[in-house]
Amino acid sequence: MNQLIFPLKRGIHLPERKSISLQSPIIESKLPPQLFLPITQPHYEKAKVLVSVGDYVRQGQLLVKGNGLSGINIHSPSDGIISAIGPHPIANASQLPEITLTIDTLPSDKATFCQLDESLETLKSEHCFSPMDWRRATPAELIVRASECGLVGLGGAGFPTARKLQAALQDVHTLIINAAECEPYITADHALLLEHAEQVIRGIEILLEILPQAECLIGIEENKNEAIEVLHRALLNAENSRIALRIIPTLYPSGAEKQLIYILTGQEVRSGKLTIESGYLCHNVGTAFALQQAVESGKALTHRIVTVTGDAVSKPNNYRVAFGTPVEFLLNQAGVNLTKLSTLIHGGPLMGLEVTSHMVPVTSISNCFIAGTIEEFPPNPPARPCIRCSYCADVCPAGLLPQQLYWFSRSQEQDKARAHHLFDCIECGACAYVCPSHIPLVHYYRAAKADIRVADEKQQMANHSKERFEFHQQRLALEKQQEESRRAERARLASEHKKTSSDTRNDAQALIAAALARVKEKKEITNKQKNKDKD
Amino acid sequence: MLSSPHQHQGHSTTQLMQQVLLATVPGIVVLWYFFGWGILINLLWISSLGLLLEGLTQILRGRSMIDALSDYSALVTAVLLAVSIPSTAPWWLGLIGISAAILLGKQVYGGLGYNPFNPAMVGYVVLLISFPVQMTRWLSPLVPSPSFNDSILMFADIEPIVGYDAYTGATILDAYREHQGGQLFTEFLSQSPLHGTWASYGWEWVNLAFLLGGLYLFYKKIITWHISLPLLASLSFLALIFHDGGSSASLGSPLLHLFSGATMLGAFFIATDPVSASTTTRGKVIYGLLIGVLIFCIRVWGNYPDAVAFSVLLGNFCSPLIDNLTKSKVFGERNV
Amino acid sequence: MIIDLLIPVILMLLVAISCGSLLGYAVKAFKTDENPLEDQINDLLPQTQCGQCGHPGCRPYAKAIAEGGPINRCPPGGEATISALAALLNVAFEPLDAEHGVEDIRRVAYIHEEECIGCTKCIQACPVDAILGAAKFMHTVIVQECTGCDLCIEPCPVDCIDMIPAKDELQRWNWQLPESLIITSDRRQQICQ
Repeated sequence: MNQLIFPLKRGIHLPERKSISLQSPIIESKLPPQLFLPITQPHYEKAKVLVSVGDYVRQGQLLVKGNGLSGINIHSPSDGIISAIGPHPIANASQLPEITLTIDTLPSDKATFCQLDESLETLKSEHCFSPMDWRRATPAELIVRASECGLVGLGGAGFPTARKLQAALQDVHTLIINAAECEPYITADHALLLEHAEQVIRGIEILLEILPQAECLIGIEENKNEAIEVLHRALLNAENSRIALRIIPTLYPSGAEKQLIYILTGQEVRSGKLTIESGYLCHNVGTAFALQQAVESGKALTHRIVTVTGDAVSKPNNYRVAFGTPVEFLLNQAGVNLTKLSTLIHGGPLMGLEVTSHMVPVTSISNCFIAGTIEEFPPNPPARPCIRCSYCADVCPAGLLPQQLYWFSRSQEQDKARAHHLFDCIECGACAYVCPSHIPLVHYYRAAKADIRVADEKQQMANHSKERFEFHQQRLALEKQQEESRRAERARLASEHKKTSSDTRNDAQALIAAALARVKEKKEITNKQKNKDKD
Repeated sequence: MLSSPHQHQGHSTTQLMQQVLLATVPGIVVLWYFFGWGILINLLWISSLGLLLEGLTQILRGRSMIDALSDYSALVTAVLLAVSIPSTAPWWLGLIGISAAILLGKQVYGGLGYNPFNPAMVGYVVLLISFPVQMTRWLSPLVPSPSFNDSILMFADIEPIVGYDAYTGATILDAYREHQGGQLFTEFLSQSPLHGTWASYGWEWVNLAFLLGGLYLFYKKIITWHISLPLLASLSFLALIFHDGGSSASLGSPLLHLFSGATMLGAFFIATDPVSASTTTRGKVIYGLLIGVLIFCIRVWGNYPDAVAFSVLLGNFCSPLIDNLTKSKVFGERNV
Repeated sequence: MIIDLLIPVILMLLVAISCGSLLGYAVKAFKTDENPLEDQINDLLPQTQCGQCGHPGCRPYAKAIAEGGPINRCPPGGEATISALAALLNVAFEPLDAEHGVEDIRRVAYIHEEECIGCTKCIQACPVDAILGAAKFMHTVIVQECTGCDLCIEPCPVDCIDMIPAKDELQRWNWQLPESLIITSDRRQQICQ
């Protein structure tokens, strides 16, 4: 069964701490009084917000229309009233607020709602998609459905699924389903598999329907015994010969996209290339489930499974949560002890993000919230000098030399950092995890990457400006030349004109002179006659 | 705002250095057994000087003294230097040695992590070149080690009544270098009381003790095999070639070379100093091999009694180049 | 005897002649019309064409640098440009000459459109044709093309152009080096102080 695995050569073994959030089945989260939906988009300027403050919205109603396949459609997770559109904190490294739709949810009591606006009831049918028979549908129809339902990758990147599928239509030969979930604490995918393995497999079958020439490999870490079992059973029932389950060794970061492809196929995606360009399409199990829901039940993506865990909550578990639910509300459901809570992490402990505002909402990329105590996440001691012990190089899954990258990042030697493949760093944090000097290595790499990107942008801008300036100069020169030639032309015309006009003037003068002469002559004649007369 | 990761495995530089210090204990005990109290007196003297100098430089540079001292790196340098110099060394030898090590070998470059050379070996080489007589006054392990009082006197640079000078002398490595082409090897062996059970008398136990310490570091995963093993391998390989079946032209057996002088100390404690060593996986192997070859060459054809210090420093010279040439292919460049 | 002496002399002469002619040929064959150093320098300059360096545009300044002029007179490029120039020309880094301006965040021109009278004077001043408009019609700045040189400010007869900071949006946010954590470098501590 478990043939053909290419284990990672480098990585780290971590204390898993997964069992604490797997005590009971997924709990349906309550609906918070307010939902905060950030209008996260790849291209903000092209997205359209379809509602305004004061509007009533129904569950499943389209709120934000993304731009085509690469935009993200956002639907309302609940009935309610749009109470505000404006900046609100979200889980991001910059801690800058993002434009967010605030929905005051209405009591689930339907009668109350209907009293508010009867006409809305008629609208309801518009906000549901009809179930599709995917075995008869064309790939294009399925992709459109994924786009309509606002599907995005639920693994962490939040990339629009439809866009990814569209790109994959060309020449993807292997579909990789990521169930590795290699970070400690997180069990969202595990819990999803335990309860919805059948649907996940159907989601994969839909993906294979879109990619008729592809084979599918599911990668799951061997520490998830129960999930492996249910997947096995679901696969037996599905009887799809194109799907194979591969159990991989537990080693962080096996779940990183390119690393997982290597483990499952032995092929390395070329440095700097996208996985799709190399013929691999990676999707998270959560995304497969969402696709199945979108296609078979016509449900837009408005909820996800979130692991709420850590020692500061008394009921760590997986919750099915509406997008936009503030983390505070979620933590309260899980029985948070605010006095014990010291670090709140969005995501896993290795790659996640520390969250400072408790009003941060659950979004499509929120797979986990860890409410950690000070004992769980003790503050880092001050960094000591790097002693080049190269423990970091021993664990780097990308085969980099983190200690060298650290020197180059620190001294801002961008060319050298680039030459040492800084951009192949996946920021998994294994190096900083083992660093005996407690150097925040990933932080340095992020800063260096940002610096290089900014410098590149500046250089591009400069090149562009240079081109435009040179064009501007050329244009001016050309205009001047044209002006010059026009003037020359005018001068020539003018001089010709002058010549002709001077001729005519001469004629006129001659005429005048002749006339004068004639007058004179006449005068003389008359004078003479007068004189004669006098005489 | 701090970047991920939010977890850490918990080991620190301080702990690494503490483990290294712990691993030198067996070697120090055996040195004390064969060479007497002088070793411990020097150890204490040089260590305190080392910490003092490190602390002073931190104050001069306007940094936190506690931060620098609490990483134990100055102590490691001091201990490695102390176990390398003879037990008969007077106080000023240690003072000059540790000053050169901490100031010239480490702090002028910017402190821990910035030194291109192994500081302890910088101190050692400064002493060896400047004071060759004092630096080669190793007592013969054959004679009983001096009493505590005599050790104190020697440390204070006062000649004790016993006159230990008579007992200092050539090590087996010197004997081999000078003997070349003379008697038959077996004859030489039987005549020389310096020869121990399988290598040099006394020194074989010192080396064994440092080997033990090295294996402890290996077990604790503080060092890897990538430097020590190639070093020992290339040294014994060359020794095997020039062993010449134990003929009169023999330059010593592999066992002799492995267990004489500072071979094990060098292989497990000095060449493995990460700051000055090569850092890539392949680079470490090449670095180890290079040092092994250099040790053998300098030992048998050079003019100095032992070669570990010079070889390590020469290796340090090469390590940036080695690193640059042995960059491994990154993920995504290998087999596609 | 004489022949023995002559042979090396002749050989040396032959070598000298062949090398000389090779060099002479190379000078002619690979002759470059333009000064490549000037081009290289020009490529490092930010191309704002602002003239703050005292030269009418980036290329004239590049020419001046190539002829040995100071490298620290470009405020839009800032320290990054100076260090790049220092590396290219193998000279010491110098801090930015404050006489010519200070390094600032990127700014772009903004025309208050309700005040614009459509005189086209700014259009003529713009070195990169980043202003759109026609006589007696309102003008506007194409933000993506604006280099922030502020050459359009002065000609405007109604002062309706302002330099405003280029939008610092969410996507523009970047990680910075972790300054406070470093206890290892004297240089950085000084900067912090």
